[in-house]
Amino acid sequence: MLDLTQYDSLGAALAATLEKWPDEVCLIESDRDRDRSRLTYRDFSEAALPFAAVLQEAGLAAGDHAAIIMTNQPKWLISAYAIFGSGGVLVPLDYKLTPSEHLALLDHSQARFLIVEYPLWRAIVQAADFQPQRQTIVFVTEAPPGADLAGACRWEEVRAKDDPEFRSRKRSDPACIVYSSGTGGRPKGCVLTHGNYLEQCRAIVSIFPFSPGVRYLSILPTNHAIDFMAGFIVPFVGGATVVHLRSLRPEFVRDAFVRYKITYVTLVPLVLKNLEKGLGEKFAQLPPMKRRIFDALVAVNRVMTKGYPTVEFSRWLLPQVHKAFGGELRAIFVGGAFTEPSTLQFFYDLGIPVANGYGLTEAGTVITLNDFSPFRADTVGKPLPGTEVRIVNPGPDGIGEVAARGPTIMSHYLDDPELTAETIVDGWLMTGDLGRLDRQGHLRLFGRKKNMIVTAEGKNIYPEDIENVFEGLPVTEFCVFAANYLWPVHTMVGEQLVIVVRPEPGQTIDETLRADMTARNQRLRPYKRISGYLVWEDDFPRTASLKIKRVDLAGQMREKLRPAAVLPL
Amino acid sequence: MKTLEQTTEEILGLAALHFKVPREQLSAGDDFYRKLKIDSLQALDLLTRLEHHFGIELPDYEVQGVTDFRTLATRIQARL
Repeated sequence: MLDLTQYDSLGAALAATLEKWPDEVCLIESDRDRDRSRLTYRDFSEAALPFAAVLQEAGLAAGDHAAIIMTNQPKWLISAYAIFGSGGVLVPLDYKLTPSEHLALLDHSQARFLIVEYPLWRAIVQAADFQPQRQTIVFVTEAPPGADLAGACRWEEVRAKDDPEFRSRKRSDPACIVYSSGTGGRPKGCVLTHGNYLEQCRAIVSIFPFSPGVRYLSILPTNHAIDFMAGFIVPFVGGATVVHLRSLRPEFVRDAFVRYKITYVTLVPLVLKNLEKGLGEKFAQLPPMKRRIFDALVAVNRVMTKGYPTVEFSRWLLPQVHKAFGGELRAIFVGGAFTEPSTLQFFYDLGIPVANGYGLTEAGTVITLNDFSPFRADTVGKPLPGTEVRIVNPGPDGIGEVAARGPTIMSHYLDDPELTAETIVDGWLMTGDLGRLDRQGHLRLFGRKKNMIVTAEGKNIYPEDIENVFEGLPVTEFCVFAANYLWPVHTMVGEQLVIVVRPEPGQTIDETLRADMTARNQRLRPYKRISGYLVWEDDFPRTASLKIKRVDLAGQMREKLRPAAVLPL
Repeated sequence: MKTLEQTTEEILGLAALHFKVPREQLSAGDDFYRKLKIDSLQALDLLTRLEHHFGIELPDYEVQGVTDFRTLATRIQARL
């Protein structure tokens, strides 16, 4: 394990790791049921350095922004290392966004360089708002022979004349700009520094050490703050192996656990719940006698691991369950959204500890993490070492807004000092989430103060980001809200969005209007869709610049309407 | 060689059977997330079944952003 206090930048730490473990396998890429590639740290270095040279010859200077839009694969990490080593600032964009959203964020981030895989680039080029004269220098991976790249360079064919120079950065310099939202509204580009990442990594490995021989299955998109940390930086500084899957079909994910004898994986609650369902169905099919024996063994495991997980014992006690996960799984990390305690307990009872955590991109990923001493299914764990958490304006029940302070909190939002000032107050990151700290220092979450939802897939959806598809709806005015924002409830599951429409005078909400709303709704990615609508007859309160006063409107609606007023769409 | 209409028809039949939805309730232009009431993982499961049925491999990126049966049929047809 590298001593990260010795390094000032991600580039420097990663360079050191490449030298320290040249013969260890760092990356395995699997395509369905076969290996596509295996790279040692030496191979990684030999692939990354020439690309760093290419970027530098193409004009990438220290501090320049370079974006990556790719599914999880070795070239993602190779490109990222080349950017860091060249002193660049990485802009990891979500490959699941639409081409127009990609273009909007490329513009907002002022990315001078883009590394993108061919199918995604093809979609971007075909977008109505694509401008061929863009100034961005683009490298496209895996383009088929003869493909029209619209002026982009072919990643695999570019060569530089000279070796690259390593460009050192300071801890306070930006390392990444990560968008936590804002594809359709106000972009929130979190500027995270090298120091943010190095300190976050140091805190995580103090609880979950990574070393050569550890294999991490990377399923969440690497552009996501969690996988960037847990599926890239953390394994690399420990000399561990990262496994990428080209297909995320459930059957290939299940196979990967066994084939690569996975040690750690990060999942979103939706996938964890799906695993729970699959296992539950298998257990239900056991003959009655076997089922009773199995239940008894699970009960024994629960008692024996009450204080702390003893994975070796659980593997011995419940071998069939553990074999299905490859037999070497130490823990599953879960994050990105709220996980139900019953799901966490289900896995823990089987001897598979799930490290439940809580974080925000603005906090450099993780704020609290369950360290299993002891395991708690009812909380999101304790603050990471070095991070402070406090509850602002707690009510009589101790519930208030969660605020966090520490070395992992982002520097600022890109080009938005106003939003930065609202979000980071006297050094404290105001999360907008509601929680309570207990006597053991564990944080428990109770809903949100902010107008947004998080899906079980770990997607943050802000109402402002999806309102553009409803522009032109033939009503007087409309506004989208998170239902839990209108009528706060102490839950973080099953969150939904609703649209509030104010009809024209005399207008009724007929089938034509409902069909219009439905059609517009379907233009959104499934996880972004609204689930119902509300009719509101009064004027929307607006500012002098005619922006809707959402807080005031929500307050008025809260007084006059009940959740039953929401009609399904 | 199947026509696009035949491919679409087979997809609709398979989806109806697998997710236990009356076939007559499904049409080519339908959003399958909405009509079948499925999440993203179940959609991936549907793709696997379609691959087995048609004897093809459909990379995940090919169906990125696809939500209706007709577009799905087009992507499959291109690989038959």
